[in-house]
Amino acid sequence: MNLDFAQLVPSIPYILYGIWVTLQFVAVSLVLGFLWGTVLSLFKIGKITILRWFADAYTSVFRGTPLILQMLLIYYAVPQLTGVDIGAFSAGVLTFALNSAAYISEIIRAGINAVDKGQKEAAMALGVPYRTMMLKIILPQAFKNILPALMNEFITLTKESAIVSVIGALDIMRRAQIVGASNYRFFEPLLLAGLVYYLLVMMLTLAGRVMERRLAKSD
Amino acid sequence: MIDVQGLKKRFGNNEVLKGISTSIKKGEVIAVIGPSGSGKSTFLRCLNLLETHDEGSILLEGKDINEMELHLRKKIGMVFQHFNLFPHLTVLENVTFAPQQVLKTSRNEAETVALDLLKTVGLSDKANSYPSNLSGGQKQRVAIARALAMKPEVMLFDEPTSALDPEMVKEVLQVMKNLVKLGMTMVIVTHEMGFAKEVADRVLFMDDGKLVEDQEPAIFFENPSTDRAKAFLEKVL
Repeated sequence: MNLDFAQLVPSIPYILYGIWVTLQFVAVSLVLGFLWGTVLSLFKIGKITILRWFADAYTSVFRGTPLILQMLLIYYAVPQLTGVDIGAFSAGVLTFALNSAAYISEIIRAGINAVDKGQKEAAMALGVPYRTMMLKIILPQAFKNILPALMNEFITLTKESAIVSVIGALDIMRRAQIVGASNYRFFEPLLLAGLVYYLLVMMLTLAGRVMERRLAKSD
Repeated sequence: MIDVQGLKKRFGNNEVLKGISTSIKKGEVIAVIGPSGSGKSTFLRCLNLLETHDEGSILLEGKDINEMELHLRKKIGMVFQHFNLFPHLTVLENVTFAPQQVLKTSRNEAETVALDLLKTVGLSDKANSYPSNLSGGQKQRVAIARALAMKPEVMLFDEPTSALDPEMVKEVLQVMKNLVKLGMTMVIVTHEMGFAKEVADRVLFMDDGKLVEDQEPAIFFENPSTDRAKAFLEKVL
């Protein structure tokens, strides 16, 4: 047992810069995944059969195959077919957005279904059009119900983002491995990476609690 | 004002309305009573297209309601048994929501109207509360104000006092009586026989999806002409 953090010190800024890369990556995937997931959930509860069918099939495929496989397909296979090289970061973001949208759409669908049907009837009886009813009456209430589940999904996304290191994106994980390889010492940089991920997740958890409390003001 | 002809409605194989025909004149107050499962609520919900009927026709001022969905609902207000206030909006926002979103009324104007309505239902001081902080009776009064904010020509009430504690029934009925005095056209599904007797111009007695009696309240309550109505009144009075 000989841990030597002194040797790691010069490389710490290099690893910490990965936080920025990871955060960018997570933030973009999260926003895209949430928007696309909301659209999919509306397809699922909607009356248009073909869209419902599409959203169900979509969810089934993205939940039914490994994330890393999806990412490798998008990163290596898409350029092979189309000749367009989209780069590790974009491929990663695309994969994570498409994948988490499948999960998020299920969470939102459940949230919408859990809103009392009297809410829809009251809005209908007031002559409120469908779009307005969804955006201003149903979704805000659904969102409040699903916040904990959504936070869970975001935390998973943050941690799972480490697999973009496989396609060479320079996130925290990849940087820790590079430092490990160049020093022939893996324990210390990986420990640091673990600590950074843990702190990121804690920050997300806290943000979720604050949001929950703010949404609870109408209780 | 509203003409209903041969109205039929099925849920799967279960026929809940078996040919209802009646008409409602402007300014009339109609009480719809009958045992549970008799189709009262379904009948009411057909009037503003919360349920679509399978056969027959409903005309509002001569026009088929199937062809005027959103427009119809602007003209017809509805109050539900379980209030259905929007829990994430304040009382004031509940009342101003539809005028702003549907009628495109300015926020200022909508709030002026809303505060005025809240005053008439006795809840001026609750404008900024959330529904979860109100009693059942207060919620229902807000729900009435919310429906009135759309300036409807007809008000539908679906058992407005059935979910209330007994001591709160009176305050809601009082608000409804005030509406009657203002000449509002009202269709009220209710179990409050005393109230029906007092304010209704006509009583529709429904049983098993049929309109069994259509009568003035004085006659209906004193001397019902059918055995079904007699049996029902014996149980509830």
